[in-house]
Amino acid sequence: MTATRLERIRASLTAGLQPDTLELTDDSHLHAGHAGARDGRGHFRVYIVSKRFATMRPLQRHQLVYRTLGDLMQTDIHALSISTFTPDEAQTRQPGHFNPR
Amino acid sequence: MEINERIKDLLGKHPVLLFMKGTPDFPQCGFSAAAVRALQGANASFSTVNIFEEPELRDALKSYSNWPTYPQLYVKGELIGGSDIIVEMMKSGELKELVKS
Repeated sequence: MTATRLERIRASLTAGLQPDTLELTDDSHLHAGHAGARDGRGHFRVYIVSKRFATMRPLQRHQLVYRTLGDLMQTDIHALSISTFTPDEAQTRQPGHFNPR
Repeated sequence: MEINERIKDLLGKHPVLLFMKGTPDFPQCGFSAAAVRALQGANASFSTVNIFEEPELRDALKSYSNWPTYPQLYVKGELIGGSDIIVEMMKSGELKELVKS
């Protein structure tokens, strides 16, 4: 079930954003039992490197990600932690920068 | 009051407004808690709306802002973002600048 859900999310983001890098993590187990987990949708974390983000502010980048996921935000995803980079930005980040927690 | 009018009314009355799950003292979601901590860390004076107490608003605001999750931070009526963006802006110092004027 979870694998299928991850595949759906990955497929949607890959098709919509043509990312250079896409790392998707299922954090649902960290939230089991809390109010937001009761509807069965999951908590996910995504790291995306895509040229599509060039010239966009973080707000617009996140809106693009949400728009790309479309109905999955209603049916499969309760919460999504998003880190977005352009290929240029990704090069200048130190390894390990991606850790929103 | 019609719901979109109510949203505009709230945004007009509160220059720094966080729509969140729970309250600053009792956040009911880790992401909302992180947003509150970031605002407090930036010495912001802010108001909050507990979306669990406002089911109609909870749904309407998602369409209004094109943003499908909570928390959502607004400064002077403009959507700034969710917890990832808020925390990132706190770390970079941008949040402090944004909320002080």
